[in-house]
Amino acid sequence: MSWTLILEQALNGLQFGLMLFLLAAGLTLVFGIMDMINLAHGSLYMLGAFLAATLVQATGSFTLGVLLAIPATALIGMLLEIAVLRTLYARDHLSQVLATFALILILNEVVRIVWGSDMALSTPAVLSGPVELLPGMPYPSYRLLIIAVGLAAAGLLYLLVAKTRIGMLVRAGASNREMALAMGVDIRRLFTLVFGAGAALCAIAGALLGPLFAVQVGMGESILILAFVVIVIGGIGSIRGALVGAVLVGVVDTIGRAFLPHFFGLFLPPQFASAAGPAIASVLVYLLMAVVLFVKPQGLFPARG
Amino acid sequence: MSAHRIIAFAGLAAALVLPLALQAADQSFYVGFASRVLIWAIAASSLNLVLGYGGMISFGHAAFVGTGAYVSGILIAEGVTSAWIGWPVAMLASAVLALAIGAASLRTRGVYFIMITLAFAQMMYYLVNSMKAYGGDEGMNLPARAVLGFGFDPGNEVTFYYVVLAALFAVLYATHRLVHARFGRVIVAIRENESRAEAIGFPVYRYKLVCFVLAGAAGGLAGALLASHGKYVNPSVLHWTQSGTLMIMVILGGVGRLWGGALGAGVLLVLEHLIAEHPIPWLLTLAPDYPQHANLGVGLVMLAIVLYAPQGVAGLFSRKTGKEHG
Repeated sequence: MSWTLILEQALNGLQFGLMLFLLAAGLTLVFGIMDMINLAHGSLYMLGAFLAATLVQATGSFTLGVLLAIPATALIGMLLEIAVLRTLYARDHLSQVLATFALILILNEVVRIVWGSDMALSTPAVLSGPVELLPGMPYPSYRLLIIAVGLAAAGLLYLLVAKTRIGMLVRAGASNREMALAMGVDIRRLFTLVFGAGAALCAIAGALLGPLFAVQVGMGESILILAFVVIVIGGIGSIRGALVGAVLVGVVDTIGRAFLPHFFGLFLPPQFASAAGPAIASVLVYLLMAVVLFVKPQGLFPARG
Repeated sequence: MSAHRIIAFAGLAAALVLPLALQAADQSFYVGFASRVLIWAIAASSLNLVLGYGGMISFGHAAFVGTGAYVSGILIAEGVTSAWIGWPVAMLASAVLALAIGAASLRTRGVYFIMITLAFAQMMYYLVNSMKAYGGDEGMNLPARAVLGFGFDPGNEVTFYYVVLAALFAVLYATHRLVHARFGRVIVAIRENESRAEAIGFPVYRYKLVCFVLAGAAGGLAGALLASHGKYVNPSVLHWTQSGTLMIMVILGGVGRLWGGALGAGVLLVLEHLIAEHPIPWLLTLAPDYPQHANLGVGLVMLAIVLYAPQGVAGLFSRKTGKEHG
């Protein structure tokens, strides 16, 4: 186990964490502003990936396809918000869980009917090779692109939320919805916008992770639950919390999977280490969540005081 | 005798004669299917205790069913074949898990609680997936069903059906007694208004936790029966969509009604079976592969119920929100 290997896995963790952040950012605002649980957020991630795969095929260009998939997914997200989710804000959480669970079932089948169970999306040829990051440490250039895009998106989102008027309204809505309403903020329109932005972030994550994982029906569900873990750790409604939580979850998950079996092998008999290592590694982020909950039940950066 | 009771006894009578009627009609295959429906009825009824009476939106109930299934399955695989040991141990294991998950997640409320129960259930899913010694992601075949003794042959489908039926009625009777006792009144009071219950002086957290643990134990029983029924355990029992399906069963059958879970499990599983195994000819000509997309129908129906008939979905819950705003 060399330092370059650890550094490589840490970069992989950062890359996964940044993509998790793109999902969690939209989700945490939806929770924070409307106190609404949206299980179908992962379906937008799936739709973004399928749209990207289709558009990349149609245009013949990876960049163009992904760039077109982003507004398309945002549009679908906003339509979904206006048609279905808007009526759910005033409802209890049980109705929200059921309706958005129903949406997952519906969208999964719609994707299966339109596209089939999976689609091919490969890394663009230019970025298929590795770059030598440090002497003796090659790193896939596509993963570097993901890190760059993730950082850029996070930075842009930060500027949008922290420095613009719309961002101020979003923060006001997230920290105290009633007060924002009383001050005359049009929460309804604001929320359609936030939802569209969340869908766009989903599309970026789906399109970029598509070549690494697989573009298939159900791809949004396991990552959605990880995004929930991120939000619980970071604190509902907090963008900063989502960023910290996402990178923490991404790095802990990746490093744990890569090194925990080896680490256990240092002081445990090999047959036990090879069984316990992967088992503990797969539940590590959930244990992290439990610890955070125990210490800070409101998450690391609670948006509400 | 109230109408409610008459219906209950009619249901009991129908359940008692069902296997005999199926055998008489030469449809013995359906005895096994009926057992499966009853097992899911136990699982949904146990969720109903938390969701319907306790008002806790637990999105991880499949973890308790799955833990029960795995614990009893592992015991059988390791040679402890007695149901009288295996099933109580499975219930105990699920109860302990529910205690741990409940202790952490009941410190929070609202969307936090939903997400955390979901996340912990997913943790259990990954945990059994990584247990290579017990089949990993492929699941594990069991040599035989758990042994009952006293001359009962668990391999006989009719005998097993009556065992499952007895377990369902035991769970329903226990639930009935529980919700009509002081404990149940407090749990419902907490559901209706938690702050008020707390102000009166009830230890809200402890009541909710006990409710959560009892439901977990009953879920574990369903899991143990499920493992014996199919002689097979598989991680998909713990998958989060299974938790969602259990929730749909409870909603379909009636939230916070004693028979709700059983009714919903019956309706959903029979409908699923009909769509998959008995396609309607004229629908097939319109959409040749519609049986493969049954979930589209389930999703649309659920969405329509939630959006347009909220009273039918959760009358109890909407009454609660009404009070909060009023």
